[in-house]
Amino acid sequence: MARSSVHTAALIVVSLALTYGASAEQLAPYNIVGDGIVESLTGAPGDAARGRALVLARTTTCILCHSGPFPETRFQGDLAPDLTAAGNRWTASQLRLRLVDASRFNPETIMPSYYRTDGLVRVGRNFAGKPILSATEIEDIVAFLATLRG
Amino acid sequence: MIFWRAIAAATLLAAAPALLAGEIAPEARRSGYSFMGPDTRAMQDDDTSNPGMLFVLDGEALWTKKTGSADKACADCHGDARSSMKGVAARYPAFDKALARPVTLDQRINLCRANHQQASALPYESRDLLALSAFIAHQSRGVAITAGDEPELKPFVAQGRDLFMQREGQLNLACTNCHDDNFNKRLAGAPITQGQPTGYPLYRLEWQTLGSLERRLRGCMTGVRAQAYDYGSPELVALELYLMSRARGLPVETPAVRP
Ligand code: HEC
Ligand code: HEC
Repeated sequence: MARSSVHTAALIVVSLALTYGASAEQLAPYNIVGDGIVESLTGAPGDAARGRALVLARTTTCILCHSGPFPETRFQGDLAPDLTAAGNRWTASQLRLRLVDASRFNPETIMPSYYRTDGLVRVGRNFAGKPILSATEIEDIVAFLATLRG
Repeated sequence: MIFWRAIAAATLLAAAPALLAGEIAPEARRSGYSFMGPDTRAMQDDDTSNPGMLFVLDGEALWTKKTGSADKACADCHGDARSSMKGVAARYPAFDKALARPVTLDQRINLCRANHQQASALPYESRDLLALSAFIAHQSRGVAITAGDEPELKPFVAQGRDLFMQREGQLNLACTNCHDDNFNKRLAGAPITQGQPTGYPLYRLEWQTLGSLERRLRGCMTGVRAQAYDYGSPELVALELYLMSRARGLPVETPAVRP
């Protein structure tokens, strides 16, 4: 018990503090249509298998807050809805906007905006000016979430 | 041990200033201890297995050791810490009239070194500073926290509260989002507590050593990918002061143990 909680605490530090894949890229332009972004940020469809791996990677931060149909992962969060069947509840277009900027759905949300660099305060040196995820990573995750059918 | 907790529980209901929206009512305030598993609690409860007690013993030795060009020990001015230091940590950070700002216990120790011992400042997180502050805070074990009461501190408590409410970092989260709104929930499986500063400096298994409250706060800031404030900065002192005032009534536990 003690050992597993130490392990968990260490994982959180690693997952929250380590740098991640997104490069210092310019944000790709996108159009919001209704409550979504219809077109892929990269112009190409994402890769659902890569998206699953990303959602499970602690550095991506999703499962710090969310749980989901991931039986192999012991440490999942409960600050946010379970992602099971998210693909039934939301279209790819809605999922894309939710990831890009969840505050468009709920201005008070604690869910970070994964593809936004403005309106942030005291961003750490290693992260300044960069989105949390790259356009490719967003597309991979959208592709994966769309496959989650209850 | 159970005894001092009972005393502290009784003092918990003492009068408190009016609550601001979103804050935790006095009767709902809970130390991080109450969120821990049985193993961590047992380690904290038993002084012979609590690794923080080694630092307390080191601090006791430093208390009586003459140092600096004044060749004075803390004990030469303050005598027996068991009486002179009882309750002191429960009201820190405290207002310093000469500096016209709040100072933390660590800063007070270094002010005494500079002004009364003519000794150099101990660096933040150094073993000697942690040992002295653990020894001093340990004298308040079981004493209810009252920091922040001095009227001069009002603007500094308010500054700390603003910082607590301010979203920051690439993840755009504020302290309040986790420690007021989501305590009792789990972040990747680990319990989120109310972030009460009751047991500092404390032994963290993850650190494998004792660490200060400022080290913990800097950890949370790095966690949300914000630029952490420097040790001893006015912002960290204000946050520490706000946290202590927010913990009003809870008993000091130093040295606590956390995973
Ligand atoms: C700090 C917490 C947090 C993190 C990290 C987070 N989310 Fe969320 N998410 C939420 C909350 C809270 C909601 C509920 C709605 C709201 O408040 O916006 C939500 C809602 C959602 C929803 C809609 C859920 C439903 O079915 O109603 C999806 C899909 C989602 N998040 C996906 C993700 C993905 C993918 C990631 C990582 C790339 C992620 N979230 C990271 C907190 C978080
Ligand atoms: C994303 C969630 C999150 C945010 C935001 C956050 N923390 Fe924490 N904090 C944690 C977790 C998880 C821990 C370790 C478990 C615990 O003690 O709550 C922790 C621990 C603490 C502790 C130690 C409590 C103890 O019992 O030793 C304090 C104090 C604290 N945080 C204060 C803050 C302050 C001040 C801020 C803002 C600068 C902040 N936290 C931001 C999640 C967060």
